[in-house]
Amino acid sequence: MSIIKARKLVHEYIRRDEEGNVESIDTALDHIDIDVSEGQFIAVLGHNGSGKSTLAKHINALLMPSEGTLWVDGKDISEEENIFPVRQTAGMVFQNPDNQIIASVVEEDVAFGPENIGVPTDEIWTRVGESLTAVGMAKYRHHSPNKLSGGQKQRIAIAGVLAMQPKCIVLDEPTAMLDPNGRREVIRTAHELNKKKGVTIILITHYMEEVVDADKVYVMDKGKIVLNGTPREIFSQVDKLKQYRLDVPQMTILAHLLRQSGIPIPLGILTRQELLEAILRIC
Amino acid sequence: MLRDITLGQYYQAESVIHKLDPRVKLSGTLVYIISLFCVNGIAGLAVATAFLFLVIKISKVPFRFMIKGLRTILILMLITGAFNLFLTPGEPLVRFWIFKITAEGIKNALIMIIRLSYLILGTSIMTLTTTPNQLTDGMEKALMPLSKVGVPVHAVAMMMSIALRFIPILIEETDKIMKAQMARGADFESGSLLKRVKNMIPLLVPLFISAFRRADDLAMAMEARCYHGGSGRTKMKPLHYEKRDKVSYLFLLVYFAVIILCRIRLPWPQ
Repeated sequence: MSIIKARKLVHEYIRRDEEGNVESIDTALDHIDIDVSEGQFIAVLGHNGSGKSTLAKHINALLMPSEGTLWVDGKDISEEENIFPVRQTAGMVFQNPDNQIIASVVEEDVAFGPENIGVPTDEIWTRVGESLTAVGMAKYRHHSPNKLSGGQKQRIAIAGVLAMQPKCIVLDEPTAMLDPNGRREVIRTAHELNKKKGVTIILITHYMEEVVDADKVYVMDKGKIVLNGTPREIFSQVDKLKQYRLDVPQMTILAHLLRQSGIPIPLGILTRQELLEAILRIC
Repeated sequence: MLRDITLGQYYQAESVIHKLDPRVKLSGTLVYIISLFCVNGIAGLAVATAFLFLVIKISKVPFRFMIKGLRTILILMLITGAFNLFLTPGEPLVRFWIFKITAEGIKNALIMIIRLSYLILGTSIMTLTTTPNQLTDGMEKALMPLSKVGVPVHAVAMMMSIALRFIPILIEETDKIMKAQMARGADFESGSLLKRVKNMIPLLVPLFISAFRRADDLAMAMEARCYHGGSGRTKMKPLHYEKRDKVSYLFLLVYFAVIILCRIRLPWPQ
């Protein structure tokens, strides 16, 4: 069953002048169709302003579609009474780790979501414990978030979402403000949740390296989905990706250049190991 | 300079004081403040001092953390002390030029300085041993009856706890902006007072913009986690009184009775 389904989804940012006349219309989403099955790890790639964050905010019912429909777990997000169930089903982690932590103690922040949806006290405690363990932050539960690193703060934010027991987590550029170590921590945590708990992950990013292990990749440009497929299919189209101003993993570029100069290397090389094996096979 | 404010900064430790119900700590702080203004004799002062240091000892918060808060009101203490020293009427002990120092003046100045510093120390104990969230929880619960007459108690409590959470972040940000502006030649330290205030503008404008942006992000993050006001909300740490809280209330009552007794029976030795 598909957990997220979009049909002809359109979102327009309308800018008005002081009299309320329409000055300009920016189409952030232009007739988007998406199908995500439960348990998948989906990556959405796109350059700045490609509309990927706007899409993420729709999945959490933070923005409403101008046209078209989006169903999360079978619920239409444009209906008023679905807003809170949708937000509970699809949790969201944002870019800036500091601006999404509400409480001054880690465990109290993780409890914020369950408190809002009216979970009984005893269960909040078990959920907080489990969520913190799942992201590997259990020993920091009494700490102040201010003293943690960026990667740790993002894992706390993930725990906070996880405590609401969502079926799906949307990560909106969770690594954009982190150093390489923090970036790895967060991506590894997302993969673990996907594998161990079967949570559907939608990772929005512009770092190509992070999407290599995804089940499916959507590439967005100017509000449209321009490419979709497995990472291997996507990365075999090096020239197209460059045209959408996206960086291709180094090994893929190297393989692409070797192929162009006449060496028969197969399409869709992603990692160093794969390239090494391909070259050894030729020799 | 901004880093010295300890108010609203939690110090993590395992102590009875940390575990007390925030309502006990709130009323305890209130009682202590009132008691400081009841004290008028050496005996009462001794009791208040003993109480303060006993509580500091139990709280396991290092003393230097408490002292930090005092530094910020040092000037206020000196001015208050000076006024009391020179302007209290009575039999002069020392006289020079237009100033005269009286015995009452010395007494008042001392009492005032001690009162002020105990006031800060007393409130610091509360803020150092209670997380801002607990504190606002305590206030929320204690003031809940007011919501029946239309006071938005939950909203105010939530705003306060968020404000407290963002104090250290905004201080850090101020530091960062200050350094960035100083690197480009901004001068925050010299010139007349008016000039210095004017020089603060390139600091305040970016700070406000960033604060608004953070507020916007935070509101969205809260909504994403299903926040919809106080109705239907449960608590991870609901407040209810334990035995230790009742004992503490009793202890407070005894303390206050002793202070009153000292005031009536043992005023300042003449």
